[in-house]
Amino acid sequence: MRGLLSAVTFLPAAGALALLFVPRRRAGALRAGALAVALATLALSLPLFFGFDGEAADYQFEELRRWMPTLGIAYHVGIDGISLLLVLLTTFLAPLVLVSAWHAIEDRVKEFVLTMLILETGMVGVFVSLDLFLFYVFWEAMLIPMYFVIGVWGGANRIYAAVKFVLYTMAGSVLMLVAILALYVQHGAATGAYTFDLPVLARWVIDPGLGQNLMFLAFALAFAIKVPLFPFHTWLPDAHVEAPTAGSVILAAVLLKMGTYGFLRFCLPLFPDASLLFGPAVSVLAVIGVVYGAWVSTVQADIKKLVAYSSVSHLGFVMLGIFTLNQQGLVGGVIQMINHGLSTGALFLMVGMLYERRHTRLIEEFGGLWKTVPAFSALFLVVSLSSLGLPGLNGFVGEFLILVGAFQTSPWLAAVATTGVIFAAVYMLWMYQRVIFGEVTREENRRLPDLTPREWAVLVPVVVFIVWIGVYPVAFTGKTEATIEALIVQVQSKASVR
Amino acid sequence: MPPLAVPPVALGPLLPTLVVLAAAGLVLLLDLLPPRESKAHLAAVALAGVVGALLAAVWRWGRPGRAFHDMVVLDDFALYVHVVVCYAAALVLLLSTDYLRRAGSESGEYYALVLFATAGMMMLASAGDLIVVFLGLELMSLSLYVLAGLFKRELASGEASMKYFLLGAFASSFMLYGIALVYGATGATNLDRIAAASAGRAHDPLFMLGLGLLLVGFGFKISAVPFHMWVPDVYQGAPTTIAALIATGSKAAAFAALIRVLVVAMRGAQPDWTVLFWALAAVTMTVGNVVAIAQSNVKRMLAYSSVAHAGYMLVGLVAGGAPGTGAVLFYLLAYTFTTAGAFGVLTLCRRAGEEAVEVDDYAGLGARHPALAAALALFLLSLIGIPPLAGFAGKFYLFGAAVRTGYVGLAVIGVLNSALAAYYYLRVVVYMYMREPEGAGAVWAPSFAGGLALAIALVGVVLLGVIPAPFADLAQAAVAPLLR
Repeated sequence: MRGLLSAVTFLPAAGALALLFVPRRRAGALRAGALAVALATLALSLPLFFGFDGEAADYQFEELRRWMPTLGIAYHVGIDGISLLLVLLTTFLAPLVLVSAWHAIEDRVKEFVLTMLILETGMVGVFVSLDLFLFYVFWEAMLIPMYFVIGVWGGANRIYAAVKFVLYTMAGSVLMLVAILALYVQHGAATGAYTFDLPVLARWVIDPGLGQNLMFLAFALAFAIKVPLFPFHTWLPDAHVEAPTAGSVILAAVLLKMGTYGFLRFCLPLFPDASLLFGPAVSVLAVIGVVYGAWVSTVQADIKKLVAYSSVSHLGFVMLGIFTLNQQGLVGGVIQMINHGLSTGALFLMVGMLYERRHTRLIEEFGGLWKTVPAFSALFLVVSLSSLGLPGLNGFVGEFLILVGAFQTSPWLAAVATTGVIFAAVYMLWMYQRVIFGEVTREENRRLPDLTPREWAVLVPVVVFIVWIGVYPVAFTGKTEATIEALIVQVQSKASVR
Repeated sequence: MPPLAVPPVALGPLLPTLVVLAAAGLVLLLDLLPPRESKAHLAAVALAGVVGALLAAVWRWGRPGRAFHDMVVLDDFALYVHVVVCYAAALVLLLSTDYLRRAGSESGEYYALVLFATAGMMMLASAGDLIVVFLGLELMSLSLYVLAGLFKRELASGEASMKYFLLGAFASSFMLYGIALVYGATGATNLDRIAAASAGRAHDPLFMLGLGLLLVGFGFKISAVPFHMWVPDVYQGAPTTIAALIATGSKAAAFAALIRVLVVAMRGAQPDWTVLFWALAAVTMTVGNVVAIAQSNVKRMLAYSSVAHAGYMLVGLVAGGAPGTGAVLFYLLAYTFTTAGAFGVLTLCRRAGEEAVEVDDYAGLGARHPALAAALALFLLSLIGIPPLAGFAGKFYLFGAAVRTGYVGLAVIGVLNSALAAYYYLRVVVYMYMREPEGAGAVWAPSFAGGLALAIALVGVVLLGVIPAPFADLAQAAVAPLLR
């Protein structure tokens, strides 16, 4: 269906424009309106999933419109098996996040819902763009709403975290802009066709050498900061911890994926030789991130910080999977991107629920919650187990595939990475034990209310997918396998052309 | 008795400038007549003059003409700059009325001087002769010297005027000396004839010294480092509307004249200035941005930011050719809307009866006046270069031209500077949205004309950001004939 992808992309922004005219004192109407827009976007995006042909490796739902023909810039969007899942993850989480913030955000509700809707358009836009200029526009534009979410509705140290977030990401992405321009010029000089069109550029076989390596590094730096790959992760704990729950969920579940997605969509097909050259180095950094993130998580006193550092570890797995450049590793990497979005998103949501009740996130302030809030504790258990990769839940599928892939290419790295799975069990279960089990040590914890219907409504959909992917992953991996096969073939064949 | 022979005078190529000058004369005349209390009608006449010139410039598009023995050249390049200058002047005039009334400095001379300055800028853009360059420059500068000192009772305003005048006079004399040396070397002041006379004389010391001195004069007007020392004090002390005019219109006009001298007069000699401009661009961007970080006064911050933006535009001159020079022209347009808008918000914010100029005056503005704060935020984001706003499109063309001609290193310095600049622009956003004011913060001083100016600037910033190509293509087409 033509135009569907654009509709999914721009419906949230259009909704934000409409909500601009709702007076700010009518907070309830604003919340409900934003939720309605997000749900409508989700409904619109479902035909993308069901109409997507998993057997085909081509871009689907493609739209190509003239924009600035003199420069070779077009409005070109489309999705393949990788971006499909990420688009759906985004549209799926957006309504949940809005519901989760129903009472958590009381201040400047209008600005909040507008920002969240604009952010959704930016995120979907990043995943569907097939023109480098269009992609860069979404990539940079999306920074600003996230900056506001952290800086306006964040915690005590929010301004520092917000500014750090923006400066870090901008420093990386401006170099990518130069690389995009350089690629455009080189392609134009070599073929005579000056274009920013990704499929056209990806078909072109670029000469190996310094030029390609530098362009790869410029792209990779932008993406590595976003992932974040060790040692570019230092913005992440600040941003995640200071952001409000809604912001942390979006940041962890979707924004980090833009980095890994960028490697898949741009670095591998555009710069195959450089990808093979730097692949081992990236894999080593990824494994360092896996282990380091897990260790640092273990010693955190703040649950939110623990979850934040666990993202460094999980995203290390994803990067390891991507740079195996084999079928299992890549499929595992893609599915792990979704898994991390679901389970870490859910963890942030539940930490937020604890915080709303107690206004603290320190592990030592809790204990014995099983007795006072059993339903919360049970769901928290499922989500924690999913995060640490228990077989039968989603996390296991991704990590298993990644490690299978990695063992084929570099057994030693895979072996070290496997310890990350063990440490994940250590930090998650130890945290869970201290928060949920044992005796109730604080009087305040005795009177905690259990999950409200609104909170059930937020968590149940996530848990359904956590179990679904764990039990029957083929429903999702089936959509990506053809795409990934084609990607591998493309990288190998382009890199071997001399 | 034989009839008096009147030499044919083609006034057509002067039409846009003449419209502005006629309006200036009319303003001076009307100022002598009642009503004497309100000056709003003078502002309306001045605005009508500028808009008329704008329409005349658009009407003349595509029909180049020359007049006064090639001293005035009205080609598409000049017309493009005319449009930029007229927009700058129109926005400044719209912002001025209520601003001046609140400051208690409303006067007829103000509007006349703004028009004279505008006419000077337009002469600069269409100058085909070094004498006209100098005339335009002086007409513009002398008007601006007076305007900078408009607030007679304020020490800072007097200081700004004095400093601008002294340093400006220095720059003018450098330029005049340069013109004299070039005339001595080539026997001409006309740009085309200089080009013909200097062919193959890239190493003639007299000629090169003359051009070098000319560049010093231009460097002062475009506020390139190391000729930028006047910028912060003048912007801070001058009325905010005049700071906006200096930042946009006078910079655009000086860049236009610089481009014409560089491209046309040096066509014959073809000296290799690339290294010089490369260094000038890199230093200007970096110094402007680094020093801007330390500013707590928003006007000073915008002053250093305007230095940095001059550096970005110099990148386009280094790249050269139609893409590079065209990118400079387009950037001038994008930058004019953005900067006039940012200064415009400043003119509409007052704290405790004073102009709000310190960054902490803006604390909590986002909650008090959401629309005004959102407008300033958008202008600042455009100055950073966040897509899809005009500033991004401008930088995209500039750095694209640099990469295309092989100056990747300069493009890297440029984009890193943009990231650096994000810090100080966002600090204002931090104050507006993320901090609570201590005491009463700045509030909106209602002004219909000012609001209209902001709306026009906002439309420009968004439009040039979303569909820059038509305007940038026009700019490239306008510079193409110069390059032949």
